[in-house]
Amino acid sequence: MSQPNIAHGDDRGRGFVPDLRRTLNNRRALRSAALSALTWVVALIAAVPLFSVLYMLIVEGGARFGLDLFTELPPAGFEMGGGFGNAIVGTLVMVSIAAAISVPVGILGAAYLSELHPDHKLAAVSRFLAKVLTGFPSILAGVFAYAAVVVLMGTYSALAGGIALSVLMLPTVVLTAEESMKMVPQRMKDAAHGMGCTRSQVIWKVVLPTALPGILTGVMLAVAGAAGESAPLLFTALFSNYWLQSIHEPTASLSILIYNFSGMPFENQIELAWAASLVLVMIVLFFNILSRLIGRPKV
Amino acid sequence: MNMLQPAVTDSPASWHVPSERMAIDCNLEKVFYGSFLAVRDSKLPIEKGKITGFIGPSGCGKSTVLRSLNRMNDMIPVFRFEGHVHFLGQDIYARNVDPVIVRRYIGMVFQQPNPFTMSIYDNVAFGLRLNRYRGDMDERVERALQRAALWREVKDKLKASGLSLSGGQQQRLCIARAIATEPQVLLMDEPCSALDPIATRQVEELMIELKENYSVALVTHNMQQATRVADTTAFFAVDISRAGRTGYLVEMGETRQIFEDPREELTKEYIRGEFS
Amino acid sequence: MAPNPFAAAVDAGSISGPPAAYDYLSDRVFRILAYAGAGAVVVLVAYIVWEIGGQAAPAVAKYGIGFLTSTTWDVGNEKFGILPQIWGTLYSSLLALLIGGFFGLFVAIFLTQGFLPPKLAIVFRTIVELLAAIPSVVYGLWGIYVVIPALRPIADWLHETLGFIPFFSTSLSGPGLMPAALVLAIMILPTVAAISQDALHLVPFKVKEAAYGMGTTRWEAILKVFLPTASRGIFGSMVLGFGRALGETMALAMLIGNANQITLSLFSPANTLASLLASNFPEAGAVEIRALMYAAIALLAITLIVNVVGLFVMTVAVKKQ
Repeated sequence: MSQPNIAHGDDRGRGFVPDLRRTLNNRRALRSAALSALTWVVALIAAVPLFSVLYMLIVEGGARFGLDLFTELPPAGFEMGGGFGNAIVGTLVMVSIAAAISVPVGILGAAYLSELHPDHKLAAVSRFLAKVLTGFPSILAGVFAYAAVVVLMGTYSALAGGIALSVLMLPTVVLTAEESMKMVPQRMKDAAHGMGCTRSQVIWKVVLPTALPGILTGVMLAVAGAAGESAPLLFTALFSNYWLQSIHEPTASLSILIYNFSGMPFENQIELAWAASLVLVMIVLFFNILSRLIGRPKV
Repeated sequence: MNMLQPAVTDSPASWHVPSERMAIDCNLEKVFYGSFLAVRDSKLPIEKGKITGFIGPSGCGKSTVLRSLNRMNDMIPVFRFEGHVHFLGQDIYARNVDPVIVRRYIGMVFQQPNPFTMSIYDNVAFGLRLNRYRGDMDERVERALQRAALWREVKDKLKASGLSLSGGQQQRLCIARAIATEPQVLLMDEPCSALDPIATRQVEELMIELKENYSVALVTHNMQQATRVADTTAFFAVDISRAGRTGYLVEMGETRQIFEDPREELTKEYIRGEFS
Repeated sequence: MAPNPFAAAVDAGSISGPPAAYDYLSDRVFRILAYAGAGAVVVLVAYIVWEIGGQAAPAVAKYGIGFLTSTTWDVGNEKFGILPQIWGTLYSSLLALLIGGFFGLFVAIFLTQGFLPPKLAIVFRTIVELLAAIPSVVYGLWGIYVVIPALRPIADWLHETLGFIPFFSTSLSGPGLMPAALVLAIMILPTVAAISQDALHLVPFKVKEAAYGMGTTRWEAILKVFLPTASRGIFGSMVLGFGRALGETMALAMLIGNANQITLSLFSPANTLASLLASNFPEAGAVEIRALMYAAIALLAITLIVNVVGLFVMTVAVKKQ
């Protein structure tokens, strides 16, 4: 038997000095460099849509930007001018209704999930369903609110729209609030228990104040998301060409205005759709950036 | 069985305190976490107006014992025990006793400083507000901070966050918070383990002052600390004979006796530093 | 209120005392409310299923399973079928997943494998996250006025030169599958990128050391070690991204053309379940609404299955690592 030839026919002896210089001459290095270049290209392409959207919003929407947008009502077919003051009011009112429902319920639920009975079966089921709801098609929230509220009340309304939006906000609020309450150090909770706090005093006096920035971050994110939603409002709030009189009647919103005007054959309406998009994105980004600022770790 | 303790009969580990001098009468026959036997056969009277030190190697269950004294172990769902813990003659584990009330009278200072994310003033006033104290809040806060030897350092920044203080200051703040409501007993779970030597010395001096008004139970990993501050010392060890790690009380007595003339061979070895 | 057995034994001057009756009451109330809050999520989901199901029940009874396999949506003759919409939903989401998944995964690699200095990486990560913040109706508008015009010359060229391939068999007349899928891809990219980044971050440092210590190039390490290690999380991100695409409504309602036909061609109009609901619901009569509720149940079932699978994969992925 011959000795196994360790060098596999390689005649490089002990005196061989490998070339350590960076080079693209071998296939391994070349392939790596090519893939890296591809990654750069792909990543930069991925950033293009955001800038393209922002560019269009500023150019198309900015061209029409003015005070009358906020004070006037949407124009009918061939009318010139006009604005969407009622749609801004409607969006803000419906998002407020949604927040008024989902924030207290969500924080209470999160207190149960994180502090009171984290291992209870109800907590496990609730947490799982909240995660499932985050991927819930927003149009179905509209279908649900239609069946549960519009049919019952006999009319499209801001209330129905707000309820539809609250379905979409609730899981975000629950999950982020639970996460931030869990981040409160156990030793702080122990200290409160050691002082003789009841379970709810521990939560009220120590856990909630300490977790507040995180909870607000989640709430702001949920608000930002809800403000931009349109599918749930299509057949719950419907639309209105007039100022909001009561939350029990059809209500305008920015997103539905954009949807309705985008398909119209009139230049004026399309300009307004762009301007409304600019305002809507500013509202959404305001809450989005606010959530980032609140949630930023403090030194 | 042993000549020094004629009044006691049940085990050489026992230490006798007359019942009128007893703040907490604790007899933990068995403490379980689930099926794991964490502590056995530990009978520890905590005397009024004295500092009782708990020493022993890590994992010997001294913290478990301490946390049984104000029902902090109730936080752990799998915790259960056999035996009794009486506070001023009342069974704190009786069915109709609310652990929340127990903790109002038996305060606790933890291993890690754990101030709340609120101002220094609010930290100290926390317990007062919790107990709906109606008197002069400012005065109580000042007195607690003074007794915790922190007043001079923080009197000009009471509105600052409790978390802005140094580690030693934070721990003294936690002590001030615990004593502001004047609980009957103070449980201290290795209060100096996160502190530097200077802060440790300050906290130790504080403990000696506190014992005029409080009964203190002190868990410490530091034998010198026990000799410096404890009146009575309980020595715990780990029994690994039954394939578990079960802590138990080896012996308890006056601190001087435990360190200079221990009755048990194990105690002697531990104090000589043969294991830790 | 629990009795205070210590009252007699403690010093008279002590400040400590048992919680007031009010404290016990508020504790009780808070616990009940918290229980209700946690229960609300469960009740809500049950109520959604029950409510939509209840409204759909007459249509389910009337049209049966044939509803899912027939292809006409004729309100006048009360003939309803949603096979084209199911096909359109799955097809557009799959296209979006191919594009958005590819880009999302590369973005995740780009952001986790040291291509950028940390500060720039944060900026770029924020840009990708902001993609998710743009409302879908704005994407729809952008799609109509930017994507479709930009796509038209490419689509025309592909149709003329490669028209024999089924994918390019029609020309792009305006709205269609491809612009819808492109916009959909942009919308799921942040989901895929974010979850894949988490998965790649979870690759233990010692695995990285081991890979580079063997003398691998950056890409050998990524392809042969990091991606396989993070594969479950990445797969989970794709499934969840797919689930998001299935339910997306507005951008599709504005871009896909709402034509109830089954087609392979990327440039012909189609329809999805969500955009069927969006465009027909507001003006539907009682009979059509029941049929739409049936379609809603179908959409609910599809997204529920995909999301549960995605969450399950994610849970397993986190446990394995």
